[in-house]
Amino acid sequence: MPAPELDLAAVAASIGAATPADVARALRRDALDARDLAALLSPAAGERLEDLAVRSAALTRRRFGRVMQLYAPLYLSSECVNRCTYCGFSQELSIPRRTLGLDEVEAEADAVRAQGFRHLLLVAGEAPRAVTVPYLEAIAARLGRRFDSLSIETGQFPEEGYRRLVQAGYDGLTIYQETYVPEIYREVHVAGPKRAYERRLAFTDAGGRAGFRTLGIGALLGLAPWPVEAYSLALHGRALARAFWRSRIAVSFPRIRPAAGGYAPAFPVSDADLVQMICALRLALPDAELVLSTREPAALRDQLVGLGITRMSAGSRTSPGGYQDADAGGEQFAVHDDRAPAAVARMLEGRGLEPVWKDFDRAFVAAGGSTP
Amino acid sequence: MAATTPLVIAGVPFQSRLFVGTGKFPSARVMAEAAAAAGTELVTVAVRRVDLSGARDETLSALDLSRYRLLPNTSGARDAEEAVRVAKLARAACGTSWVKLEVTPEPNHLLPDPVETLKAAEQLVKLGFTVLPYMNADPVLARRLADAGCATVMPLAAPIGTNRGLQTRDQLRIIIEQATVPVVVDAGLGMPSHAAEAIELGADAVLVNTAIAIAGDPVAMARAFRGAVEAAALAVQAGPAGESLSARASSPLTGFLHAGA
Repeated sequence: MPAPELDLAAVAASIGAATPADVARALRRDALDARDLAALLSPAAGERLEDLAVRSAALTRRRFGRVMQLYAPLYLSSECVNRCTYCGFSQELSIPRRTLGLDEVEAEADAVRAQGFRHLLLVAGEAPRAVTVPYLEAIAARLGRRFDSLSIETGQFPEEGYRRLVQAGYDGLTIYQETYVPEIYREVHVAGPKRAYERRLAFTDAGGRAGFRTLGIGALLGLAPWPVEAYSLALHGRALARAFWRSRIAVSFPRIRPAAGGYAPAFPVSDADLVQMICALRLALPDAELVLSTREPAALRDQLVGLGITRMSAGSRTSPGGYQDADAGGEQFAVHDDRAPAAVARMLEGRGLEPVWKDFDRAFVAAGGSTP
Repeated sequence: MAATTPLVIAGVPFQSRLFVGTGKFPSARVMAEAAAAAGTELVTVAVRRVDLSGARDETLSALDLSRYRLLPNTSGARDAEEAVRVAKLARAACGTSWVKLEVTPEPNHLLPDPVETLKAAEQLVKLGFTVLPYMNADPVLARRLADAGCATVMPLAAPIGTNRGLQTRDQLRIIIEQATVPVVVDAGLGMPSHAAEAIELGADAVLVNTAIAIAGDPVAMARAFRGAVEAAALAVQAGPAGESLSARASSPLTGFLHAGA
């Protein structure tokens, strides 16, 4: 199974022990080994942040060009069977719960499309009765060719379910492990099927076997020490890329933001930490998409776009129905960059990056409608 | 610069031996200016990036399509089936049966799949397409693709986006020696000198994208590539003097015949 089996204490120790010489060596290397990776995540590398950023920015530009892919999340459901201490959809919270019907999904999707988006990410909690494979199949059929790329950030389906979704035209699957530290994982996932760490990890593998073109991974930053999460993400990403060589790896950097549960991060991640993590992961995974959401404030996002990020959301609403009714309530997390997508696109252009709304075509997937 | 003999692909003459791509540019406007500065006559566009649904597409509308032949490419296709489907879509939407065939199942280095590329090429030729396949620098595959009816072969110099120049030089040399269709060196050309080197090696044309798109000044870099390609094409036509390992006086062995003349 392509999941990292790490001695996290040893990883933390090697990160802590990295010297300025180790960092200098890692910054000179084209391909990073485990020692280099630890060095780049170390406090010693924090002192060389500018050098790290220069390398990351140059590598990103060479591999991806002067472009930024834009996508929008569409929240389908706030129902969830899991109790997770950090999440606004956690099962015990009294928030308005709803799962959008097909007409509602279509209306939301049209509102998103009207803003220019052609890549759509469908998001939902784990709700086995409401968010099912047939439901997602019906959505793909209903949306037809209005979007060029459809991804899901929900899942918890067996491989066969994922296969059907690939068949239905979904090209991306995102499943955050949330934390790669099993003890912390068990602390924050209080109840529900998500409590099982290995089960969660296995979903991404199932998605890889099912043939998703993009496999998204991420750690919810703030749950555990970020260097350990970053190290684990790099190894997880590499293992997935080896096992599922036709799939592209995408890594997200969700930092914990205020949500209905009132969770305060146990291991806060500073802006400088976030920059170091993004740049180190770029060097560790040169071809991975690095993804930034609207959890981060506008001023910081503007600075991060040139450093290693290749894909970002804009104008996001994080509650089901939020695009048509901004006061829908029941958000999964609070959005900090609330600029309209067009404003984000202008910001990108001002920074010499072309906003890319379309970087896939439904014609690639058999279910993407009839070809002329 | 003096004109060189035009390159002919599938009956269509091209004065410029520099083809350009449209990805990775900071804006559609810069891309269009770079294409103009390159003096190119053939521009490749990824179907996955453009909106062929009839809506106004930024990339396509930025280009003066009276100046360029459009070469849609199947970038993103993972197998023959997908490539053929995308090619059909491009033909219907763009009104051209020319297609740059790219089948790159592995998203990291975007190396072409030889098996699926050949399969797709055979199908597309049967469907009446003019096929320009992106391929690894494999001389046998080049022959197979030419035999299948492809209009050119487009071997890579180095993996896409690496800017490392003619890493496949020895293989390219064999492909060029054996060629029955034009050879367009595609991918990996990082500097104008690399492009010139490909042309001097005997390639009929080069395709450049990343090196121009991500240059500090893409328009100036396009102009630089143009100069290099034109110079090399002219040099090839002029007839190179050939190389020698040592300096040599004009006729050291037979000079005596003229002594005292």
